[in-house]
Amino acid sequence: MAAIEVKNLDFWYGSFQALIKVNACFAKNKITAVIGPSGCGKSTMLRVFNRMNDLIDGVRMAGEVIIDGRNILDAKADLVPLRKSVGMVFQRPNPFPLSVYENIVFGPRVHGGDTSRDALDQIVEESLKSVLLWDELKDKLKRPALNLSLEQKQRLCIARLIAVRPEVLLMDEPCSTLDPQGTARVEDLMRELKHDYSIVIVTHNMQQAARVSDDTGFMLLGEMVEFGPTSEIFTMPRDQRTEDYVTGRYG
Amino acid sequence: MNSHRSQKLAFFCLLLATLLVVIPVGMVVVIIVQKGLPGISWEFLTDVPRKGMRAGGIYPAIIGTLYLVTGAIVFALPIGLLAAIYLSEYSRDNFLTRVIRLAIVNLSGVPSVVYGLFGLALFVVFFNFGASILAGSLTLGIMILPIVITTSREALESVPEAFREVSLSLGASKWQTIRHVVLPNAIPGILTGTILGLGRAAGETAPILFTVAAFYLPQLPSSIFDQAMALPYHLYVISTQVPNVDEKIRYGTAFVLLAMVLFMNLLATIIRSRLRKNKRW
Ligand SMILES: Nc1ncnc2c1ncn2[C@@H]1O[C@H](COP(=O)(O)OP(=O)(O)OP(=O)(O)O)[C@@H](O)[C@H]1O
Ligand SMILES: [Mg+2]
Repeated sequence: MAAIEVKNLDFWYGSFQALIKVNACFAKNKITAVIGPSGCGKSTMLRVFNRMNDLIDGVRMAGEVIIDGRNILDAKADLVPLRKSVGMVFQRPNPFPLSVYENIVFGPRVHGGDTSRDALDQIVEESLKSVLLWDELKDKLKRPALNLSLEQKQRLCIARLIAVRPEVLLMDEPCSTLDPQGTARVEDLMRELKHDYSIVIVTHNMQQAARVSDDTGFMLLGEMVEFGPTSEIFTMPRDQRTEDYVTGRYG
Repeated sequence: MNSHRSQKLAFFCLLLATLLVVIPVGMVVVIIVQKGLPGISWEFLTDVPRKGMRAGGIYPAIIGTLYLVTGAIVFALPIGLLAAIYLSEYSRDNFLTRVIRLAIVNLSGVPSVVYGLFGLALFVVFFNFGASILAGSLTLGIMILPIVITTSREALESVPEAFREVSLSLGASKWQTIRHVVLPNAIPGILTGTILGLGRAAGETAPILFTVAAFYLPQLPSSIFDQAMALPYHLYVISTQVPNVDEKIRYGTAFVLLAMVLFMNLLATIIRSRLRKNKRW
């Protein structure tokens, strides 16, 4: 089953083409890593999946990105439900300058539904438990989120996202500001989360891709050079350029 | 000249320039406090002017100024804030919005007496409000609109782009993002601008001269269609139009006006510095 199916995706910033005929199939309940040198279009592709690029003037796209049976590039696609079901974790942990509790209930409040105290309390508990922060923070829910450690902040951001009950988690270099221990714990968390979510992670760190992902896509200059099971990409790549990159022969 | 000497010279010049700026301001405050404070008493603050304004207090002028300032803000804050939200969050950078922005910047440079004449023509005569608190408040409100808009816009634009991005990526609409993320983080800055605007409105004479200010009105206004006394105009009257007013009364009035304006500026400064302290994103 595919969570996201990408067919012949082209993307332009003004006259600059950042994605060229990208094809890929991101599987449900798996972790897919996207690797490639800086500027190859990894973030651009990720931000197509929840249409965050729409905020930039002069962008244009063509092709199809199919999520839940619908082409999200369709002009008529409704962005609010799309962004609810395809959530994003950013590179820099970016909690709102609010309490831990208020950060997590932000999404549920905005989306309406049952916002009684009990319902929100339960969402907070569930979300924090699923990012393994509940035991650390259950007595500190009223504390400002900005006082947490970097790793806690990043987990909180994931919890805030989970509170919206998405289906896909897009993570753009989520560990690049964390130390090795923090990185290891977030990687463990990702392995937990993949039972309930489909995860796409952009990373510069090839060991990380090899450690956590089931599938890997290698991008170069806007093209998806190779896409397949992680074990194959790293041990017997079919494309010479992939081999050069995973063996570290690129800059 | 070696670099050490020139550094010393530059330091001396800067110090001198700073002193030149600070000394007159300090002297104004010192003189007004020195000459005004003896005139301040409970009676002075709560009594109406008596004996052709040569005795009694300035209560109606204080109340009149409070009414005018309140009226100005009730008018200017919502409109100014909405305009600022539109300009910073919704409008695209095109010819029209550039003209609007330029107009707002220039509006803050228009002499206040021009606002007074404008208020006279529009509110007093055309809308037929007469010389009234309503006309005066609206005139002051228009005068401080540019301050409110400019500072609100700065406050809105200083909210990090990352917050908006996260909010949108969580599925919030643009308006929800503004309402729940941008505005709460911009409130201290908006308040600061509003209070600075209030201070300006409290101190100006020209805009209220033709639109509301009463020469002598020993009772309090009973509706927004009444005229009212106001501190800056009262000060002008007892200093230039009425002979033989005791210095204590003149400087006492100046003291009250100065205290009101400085208090508002102080408030704005406190809010701003607290904002800086909390701002750690
Ligand atoms: N807003 C923009 N306007 C114009 N060009 C852009 C914009 N954002 C990115 N680009 C260009 O698009 C290309 C792909 O950028 P993108 O951010 O997707 O790369 P990336 O693979 O995520 O790189 P990195 O590993 O450094 O994050 C780059 O050449 C970049 O210069
Ligand atoms: Mg990137």
